[in-house]
Amino acid sequence: MVDIVWLIPALPLAGFLLVLLFGRRLGEPRSGYLATAMVGASFLVTVGVFLDLRSLPSEARSHVVTLFSWLPVGSLQVDLAFLADPLSITMCLFVTGIGTLIHLYAVGYMHGDPRFSKFFMYLNLFAFSMLMLVLGENLLVTFLGWEGVGTCSYFLIAFWHERDSAATAGKKAFVTNRVGDWGVMMAMFLAFQAVGTLSYGGINAAAESGALSQTTATAIAVMLFIGACGKSAQLPLYLWLPDAMEGPTPVSALIHAATMVTAGVFLLTRVNPVIHASASWVPTLIAVVGCATALFAATIAVAQNDIKKVLAYSTVSQLGYMFLAVGSGAYVAAIFHMITHAFFKALLFLGSGSVIHGMHHEQDMRRMGALRTLMPITAFTFIIGWLAIAGVPPFAGFWSKDEILLFAFAKSPVLYVFGLITAILTAYYMTRQVIMVFYGTARWHDKADEHGAHGDFEPHESPVTMLAPLVVLAGLSVVGGALQLPFSSNLHFLGKWLEPVVEVGEANIHGTWADNNKYLLLVIAVVCAALGIAASIAVYGKHRARAIEPEVLEQGWYYDRTVSNFMGGPGRAAFAAAAWFDRTIIDGAVNQVGKVVRGSAGEMRKVQSGYVRQYAAAIGVGVVLLLVWFVVIRGIL
Amino acid sequence: MGFPVLTTLVLAPAVGAVAVALLSRRRPEWIKLMALLASAFTGALSIWVMSSFSTDDAGFQFVSKHLWIEPWGISWHLGVDGISLFLVVLTGVLFPLVIVGIDPHHDHKRYFAWLLLLEAGMMGSFLSLDLFVFFVFFELVLVPMYFLIGGWGYDDRVYAATKFFLYTMLGSAFMLVGIITTAVLARSNGVGHITFDLVEIAEKATFAASTGRWLFFAFAVAFAVKVPMFPLHTWLPDAHTQAPTGGSVILAGVMLKLGTYGLLRFGLYLFPEAARWGAPLFLTLATIGIIYGAVVATMQKDLKRLVAYSSVAHLGFIVLGTFAFTSQAITGAVMQMVNHGVSTGALFVLVGMIYERRHTREIAQLRGIQKVAPIFAGVFMVVMLSSIGVPGLNGFVGEYLILIGSFLTARWWTVVAATGVILAALYLMWAYQRVFHGEPDDDNKNFPELRLKEGMFLLPFVGLIVFCGVYPKPMLDRIEPSVKALITHVSEKTGYTEPQIPTPPVEEGEAP
Repeated sequence: MVDIVWLIPALPLAGFLLVLLFGRRLGEPRSGYLATAMVGASFLVTVGVFLDLRSLPSEARSHVVTLFSWLPVGSLQVDLAFLADPLSITMCLFVTGIGTLIHLYAVGYMHGDPRFSKFFMYLNLFAFSMLMLVLGENLLVTFLGWEGVGTCSYFLIAFWHERDSAATAGKKAFVTNRVGDWGVMMAMFLAFQAVGTLSYGGINAAAESGALSQTTATAIAVMLFIGACGKSAQLPLYLWLPDAMEGPTPVSALIHAATMVTAGVFLLTRVNPVIHASASWVPTLIAVVGCATALFAATIAVAQNDIKKVLAYSTVSQLGYMFLAVGSGAYVAAIFHMITHAFFKALLFLGSGSVIHGMHHEQDMRRMGALRTLMPITAFTFIIGWLAIAGVPPFAGFWSKDEILLFAFAKSPVLYVFGLITAILTAYYMTRQVIMVFYGTARWHDKADEHGAHGDFEPHESPVTMLAPLVVLAGLSVVGGALQLPFSSNLHFLGKWLEPVVEVGEANIHGTWADNNKYLLLVIAVVCAALGIAASIAVYGKHRARAIEPEVLEQGWYYDRTVSNFMGGPGRAAFAAAAWFDRTIIDGAVNQVGKVVRGSAGEMRKVQSGYVRQYAAAIGVGVVLLLVWFVVIRGIL
Repeated sequence: MGFPVLTTLVLAPAVGAVAVALLSRRRPEWIKLMALLASAFTGALSIWVMSSFSTDDAGFQFVSKHLWIEPWGISWHLGVDGISLFLVVLTGVLFPLVIVGIDPHHDHKRYFAWLLLLEAGMMGSFLSLDLFVFFVFFELVLVPMYFLIGGWGYDDRVYAATKFFLYTMLGSAFMLVGIITTAVLARSNGVGHITFDLVEIAEKATFAASTGRWLFFAFAVAFAVKVPMFPLHTWLPDAHTQAPTGGSVILAGVMLKLGTYGLLRFGLYLFPEAARWGAPLFLTLATIGIIYGAVVATMQKDLKRLVAYSSVAHLGFIVLGTFAFTSQAITGAVMQMVNHGVSTGALFVLVGMIYERRHTREIAQLRGIQKVAPIFAGVFMVVMLSSIGVPGLNGFVGEYLILIGSFLTARWWTVVAATGVILAALYLMWAYQRVFHGEPDDDNKNFPELRLKEGMFLLPFVGLIVFCGVYPKPMLDRIEPSVKALITHVSEKTGYTEPQIPTPPVEEGEAP
């Protein structure tokens, strides 16, 4: 069964090709169902491979399947090969599983769009690329997927390309990601030079055996981290993700919450032996950047009014947690949070999409309110997602976040404190969102006029294709924590499963203060979540206090604006100066040479006058001058 | 030695040119058919050469050698190896496509005659193994291109054609001096008799370092202009912008490669010591070209000019790989010559189609085309992604091999050069956004969709872009042996050794 692992990405690729060729003929909704079926089939294959791997002893759960030789030049031998191991199959399970749900949801959400089938074509191409990314046996196959998901993300953000903001956001995402991709390329070059291969097996083995020097390991780890910062929207490269919300909501859920943006965390987990072998400041750097991003994005989320922007900044913040985990050596916790986050964040995004759908494309939360009676299923599932992300036990997010905080404490109490503050803020802004959207007074009546075409404006519940995925994801958000419960090592299902992959890099926190007092930390986490929720209810529910939403937070600390002002100002001026230089100086010099040659030739031509007397005179003068030279200067005669 | 296949490759288009010249100008369809037949025959023959090319032989294959001017040791010496093979095939394939797919609008007879003569010149340049014969073909190429730009170009065509001609002639003047000096000096430096034979001189002659360096630079100037390398590049945007679409496709597709091919064949092969010595300069200029070309491309207002500047950047990568002296980098450089020909050629075709429809190439005049012509936009997108270097498409393979190979010997240049991939995304995607995204205005809302005929014309380009990106092995297998041989030649002559890459550790739990 493991040998057919190539089918996992091949099925969505086939779906892409089929929709590319026959999409228009299939039309709506058949092309959507075809695409969904392809990802669904891919999920079934993944389950089969998973069960097959489970049946093997844990040290044998790593299987390479080579399709063909891709880039064979001299000592560089790169195969198009897949690595089926606990990490990649875990990723595949949730990518295809959640992917199927979101494909299904999109059939309802994209109803009536003139480019319906094209949307599913891109979505299937994305699924293919993402699966290549996680299944790659070497850095280059991963990079193929890495750039592929970036390209699909570009297509899908700019899907409604008639809107200038969407087109700009797509381009911004791609170009910003490319900055990170530069880092991944450098990491590959370094790895090839030092180890002679790009395969994970070879690189990790070299890192473990010490064949990889600490300096090189450090350089590789830092370069991969730069790439991860781009793809997973960490400081300072997170800029593109909030803008990416211009894409249709299923895209935000699938690409910009559940799957693609976690690629950076995946990549760092994949090479955890290299990070382990690198200088000790590298994990610290990763943890600090992750922690800073988590807090930074959470403060911004507090003051957003666009329903999707809140979730976007929340995603950046939660990804920060995952990096904090990676930096703390908590790889299992990082993957655990990646999975639970995929459940509840996909749920929240799809829920917000359902709201936007029901509200006729209204995204401003200030014009919502009291939707829970009109959209009961959406509201109910959204509330489950809220409880999960806010860190309320026993919902999924609580357990994974708690495990990250535990490891963060073991690394440094400072990181833990900042992580905890982020947790309070998370509970606070998510509660704010739930209240603004589903509770309070209905504020959408003022909008009735703008929606004149629809007659009387009344938010409505979404169709069943959209609600079914919500219900499934809500269920997963409730029970997802069971993958890894802290009470006994017998309950560490995920940890045991991933152990062969992360055993080198995983931090051992046994016997630390944090580990000994983990139930205390658990209680503190619950208290913090309650604190955040209570504060938010006081402000937005009961109006006991005025909301603190300063301009500086709404504008994201002016970071985005500063960067774009720089790009549009001095950056652009520098580019224009280069173009001027090329036109005026370099080409000017060329034309000047031409002019001088022509000008002097024109002057010389006048000498050829055709008058014999002039020639005779010139000869005479020449003879005299020569004589003078011989006689006076050379002293001949 | 049987059928002189390489000689036929050179002569067939030349004969075609003569035949076209003999036909009546009042029968354009006959003229086109004749031109197509001659070029299609050449193309088919070049593909036959590729398929019967032996991957085990790193040397020159299908060699034909006939003494021509005995007292000076000049011979009609043709041969093909892994370095020139795909340039020959690209020439063979591109010309019939251009002939069948792009209409000159007027003066069919002269246009097709010049085009076929150009093909003969290109074939001759890539196949010649004699310095004198090479020079003849290298110069011969200029004449048809001059007339194609001057006769079928746009408003400023005469200026552009003259600039192109004089600029490259100036470079060639250096090379002519270099060729004659090389032949004369080679006699007393190991060869023993006067000859212009490339292989003989390269294998037997040993020049003093200072002599070799002067000679190398005489050649290199000619090639640097042709590539073109920064700062000798400004003829290119003018020539490209003013040339007719067919001329641009050929210019970008194959003609610029005369420069990069020349650097390999007559630079590295003939003067290995000097090439090693001059490498830092070339690496630096190449890296500047990559960044600078991309930056200047970003600010262009004319779509065709933008693509022209992107060529400066792309060819910078090829030069970078050439002077890195590793098998990955040079193999990548050779492959990238072909890739650039395919993707930039296709970009020029697409820009030409935009001009046919809208009679402008100005980015500011175009808008929202993706909405009205989604298939056209889709094809443009694929070609653009290839040019940006997205994995899975051909552009990535070449660029990646160049960079990974250059990293081994020219690390810091590569670190800087690799940022060029960020800039490539910037200038192309920004241009794409302005031209294709947005709501189409009145001028653009009737932009016609890609027609079937145009689609058939572009299909081979797209097919090659995808195939070479997914499965480059057949190509690499043919290029690499000759590149290895070239590096061995450099090593023997200079004592340079290619950096050793450690053998990867045996992976745990895996069958060997």
